[in-house]
Amino acid sequence: MAEKNLLQAIHDGLAEEMRADDTVMVMGEDVGRAGGVFRVTQGLQEEFGTARVMDTPLAESLIVGSAIGLSVNGMRPVAEIQFADFITPAFDQIVNEAAKFYYRSNGAWNVPLTIRAPYGAVPGGALYHSQSIEAWFCNTPGLKVVAPTFPADAKAMLKSAIRDPNPVLFLEHKRTYRLIKEDVPDDDHEVPLNKARVHREGEDITVISYGLMLYTALEVSRKLSDEHGIETEVVEPRTLYLLDKQTILNSVKKTGKVLIISEANITGSVSGEIAAVVSAEAFEWLDAPVMRLGAPDTPAAPFGRPAMDAFVPSAEKIEAAMLELARY
Amino acid sequence: MATPVKMPQLGESVTEGTITRWLKAEGDEVELDEPLAEVDTDKVNAELPSPLAGKIEKLLVSEGTIVDVGTEIALVAADGDESAAAEAPARENVADESPTEEFPAAGTEAQPAEDDETQRVVAESRSGGNGSSNGRAVESAETLRLTRSSPVVRRIAAEHDVDIREIPGTGTGGRVTKKDIEGFIEEREPAPAGLREEREAFGPPEEPEAPPERAPVHEGDRVVALTPIRRAIANRMSLSKRESPHAWTMVEADVSGLVALREQEKAAFTEREGVRFTYLPFIARAVVEGLKETPVLNSVWDRDRIVLRKRINIGIAVDLDDALIVPVIPDADELNITGLARRIDEAVRKARNRQLSPDDVSGGTFTVNNPGALGSVVSTPIINHPQAAILSAEAIVKRPVVVNDAIAIRSMMNLEVSFDHRILDGGAALRFLNAVKRRLEDYGSDSELS
Amino acid sequence: MTMEKTGARHEALGLDEADLKKIYRAMLLARRVDERSWILNRQGKAAFVISCQGQEAAQVGTAYNLRPGYDYLYPYYRDSGMTLLLGQTPRDQFLSIMGKKEDPNSGGRQMPGHFSSRELNIVTASAPVGVQYPQAAGTALAFKMRGEDGVAVACGGEASTSGGDWHEAMNFAGIHNLPVIFLIENNVYAISVPSALQVAGSIAKRAEGYGFSGVEVDGNDVLAVYEAAKEAVDRARRGDGPTLIEAKTYRITAHSSDDDDRRYREREEIEEWRLKDPIIRFEKYLAEYGLLSGEEREALDREIKAEVAEASEYAENAPFAKPEEALTGVYAEV
Repeated sequence: MAEKNLLQAIHDGLAEEMRADDTVMVMGEDVGRAGGVFRVTQGLQEEFGTARVMDTPLAESLIVGSAIGLSVNGMRPVAEIQFADFITPAFDQIVNEAAKFYYRSNGAWNVPLTIRAPYGAVPGGALYHSQSIEAWFCNTPGLKVVAPTFPADAKAMLKSAIRDPNPVLFLEHKRTYRLIKEDVPDDDHEVPLNKARVHREGEDITVISYGLMLYTALEVSRKLSDEHGIETEVVEPRTLYLLDKQTILNSVKKTGKVLIISEANITGSVSGEIAAVVSAEAFEWLDAPVMRLGAPDTPAAPFGRPAMDAFVPSAEKIEAAMLELARY
Repeated sequence: MATPVKMPQLGESVTEGTITRWLKAEGDEVELDEPLAEVDTDKVNAELPSPLAGKIEKLLVSEGTIVDVGTEIALVAADGDESAAAEAPARENVADESPTEEFPAAGTEAQPAEDDETQRVVAESRSGGNGSSNGRAVESAETLRLTRSSPVVRRIAAEHDVDIREIPGTGTGGRVTKKDIEGFIEEREPAPAGLREEREAFGPPEEPEAPPERAPVHEGDRVVALTPIRRAIANRMSLSKRESPHAWTMVEADVSGLVALREQEKAAFTEREGVRFTYLPFIARAVVEGLKETPVLNSVWDRDRIVLRKRINIGIAVDLDDALIVPVIPDADELNITGLARRIDEAVRKARNRQLSPDDVSGGTFTVNNPGALGSVVSTPIINHPQAAILSAEAIVKRPVVVNDAIAIRSMMNLEVSFDHRILDGGAALRFLNAVKRRLEDYGSDSELS
Repeated sequence: MTMEKTGARHEALGLDEADLKKIYRAMLLARRVDERSWILNRQGKAAFVISCQGQEAAQVGTAYNLRPGYDYLYPYYRDSGMTLLLGQTPRDQFLSIMGKKEDPNSGGRQMPGHFSSRELNIVTASAPVGVQYPQAAGTALAFKMRGEDGVAVACGGEASTSGGDWHEAMNFAGIHNLPVIFLIENNVYAISVPSALQVAGSIAKRAEGYGFSGVEVDGNDVLAVYEAAKEAVDRARRGDGPTLIEAKTYRITAHSSDDDDRRYREREEIEEWRLKDPIIRFEKYLAEYGLLSGEEREALDREIKAEVAEASEYAENAPFAKPEEALTGVYAEV
């Protein structure tokens, strides 16, 4: 057990899997010699060599396409898309190819591929280093989309993703790479890729969130408890597609009030899907309208700092929304 | 017997075709796969190979006719043995099946037709709500919040046979929350409950056990349905009278000096502060000081004890056309006349514009009533439950009074207090009233407006 | 049979009589299966047909170099000549075009031409054009990483070289010297768009830009194709990297059963190319070496037609998958 931040935990997950299984390999732009632009893959090429830790050309469709080809010939590639904003050239290979291989071949070919990508707004990132892209993929049968926020979960779910015979899109909030630290177990435990997590129990309201927003929501929950005696139950989906509906619904049925917070543009977001599920399947338990908080419907996070700060839901906005919900 | 040949689907999404030319005539023999006709569709033009061997008994469609895919276009009497004839229909069936079949809804067995029906019924019942009355669509969100609250509250209300409208609500706009109704059900008894949160809102408290008989309605009578506010007030007043044994006493105050002061200052004040300058700030100030001297009037009865409130939050009764509402000025003891004037003005304005929030009408510890503004000289106000007392300030009237054994014309204002005789007695009430009177009588045209 | 003439092309390529007969049979079988497929479509029994006619030599000549179940094939939708050679059957082809449950490619889920076989290492094919190229490059890389001599062959029409995926794959193959063969069956038309509007310059010469060999070959001469592919496969197995083969051929039929090619090309052009039909040309070659008499040819054709008829009937009587079965098999079990 040691304290690790998110970045270190992911690094450790990769290294451990590569040691345990020599068909596991890492590929992407700058992942090898330089150790990745965020240093997630630092040291891996030294340990495992240039074949298994491969610097690819700047071509996302190729990265994912060739990873698919590797995965049907005995390898378990972990492909990195340097910023989730650049995943779009690979969209065809992810959605039309990787996700559909198993179904369309009637079970003959499966694609044990993991695609890692950092997402989320950072100061200075602006439109093309800040986007939350999960909604584009959470409508794709055959694919799994996960976004664990905390280091121990990330490490365990990365292992599960790599071991999964299906393609998994593994999203990492870049702003939390160094921000969130916790004790991460040394053992080989996995977290299944269809289980949400209750971070904090409460009777008054349920907050569902992931990424940096989850982290902020937990802080605000502590404040609301201290200052107003309001107890928030905080639930993290961890897997966005396939959603753990049971855990989410159990919480909503307990509190009757739910607020879904994410950093994505609010219209068409995964929050909307969760809201629909809650409205349909927990209707009789609802004591307030289902609320969502997200970024405005404008392209992500302008470069100028005040506009960037206003784009991401702030702690103040989150607090106000949680209070309004509690008092409804 | 003859086998029908049908128009095939020549191309995806093609729904019809035209026989442009028959290549065989009635009575001709045709071999398997031999071209029967030329067919034209919007995607392709093709020859139609015969699906069976035999003799053409009848051509059912003339050249140039557009027919739908699947239409019988010819009858061919199959030659050879029966098995050949029997097989042909089987093959036709295979061709008939459309390339795609409907998928049943997730989680159901086959029988799509039935499930469609079920799902439609379910959808209708869901969108139709719980079968409550029509015309709800026109009601505002605020009204619906008060009368129908939320799904879980409705469910609990139905389970326990409780009317949501009978319950005081602490939620947005006075909404009955899940906690409210749960608390209500737990404590449901004829006698009042113990200490509850003192957030006054529109929600009505419990009704008495046996509702009275209906009044007969005669021709020409006009029946007015109760608005939620009216009902709330009705229930609140009943509760107050039922719970608190009301006692009442009155004093007269000579406010000639106050009148002079106000006359002198009001123009300048209004110009400086931007708000109207009434007697209410002075009354409120005097009440605050009276409460400081006799704090027992700033309290609540709690079953087996009295809780004396530290904060002095003065409610100002505001008359709206059809209702009464009491916005609260919190910590009125921290405000001077100017501050009180501003806060009162704001409160009255918001009340008249129906802009008061639940916070604005909650937390009061004492209420000031001002029927004098409407000309009243004596009134017996009902205590704003669960407070200890309420003060009425009456109209200022010029009257002949005896001053130093001579008749003088003075501006006189009656001040009354209704009080909960469980909590305090006449002595305390009068000590309070006299303190208020003294304070008001102390004002003169040379007083500071502090 | 009579002796081969000295200096015979097939001898130089290491092919004996048995090989030539297999090659011929494969081409003729593909042709007959395809012809029957069109009839089935016009009878309304098969919803969609997309043909190999005219390209049998390009396909069989290439695929004859592969080890089924060892090397990997990434075919495109016309490559029934390849799949029938490598181990699929006429029944498989008809089951596929009729969308029946027993269809080995997809259980009736995919359109015809979307070949797949785990046993034969034919990787499930898709509809978006060109996606197979980066995938084939990745598969080739896996062989290289393990030091094995397997090769990956990726096929497509000339239009498949217009998209980014082809270029990204070519580039990658060149950088890492991958054991992958790009077979471009240039059949002149991409639906209605002729190669003059599709291809800038020469496809074969592009390989040079990516650092490896590219060769243009008469795609209707099966032995020429065989030779080019043999060289490419040997090169790949040796570890000497990728090859691009541009097989110049012609699409005899319309693009598919949904296409009316009278809108964009002349019958005369098709008739010209029929004279260069790969099967007829190979028959001539075989006759020249006394390897296939007229009677033998007819007997073989009868045999093939009977096989085709039986297979077609089998498929017509085979059941469809049940609708609820389409709700399963989205994810592989963990």
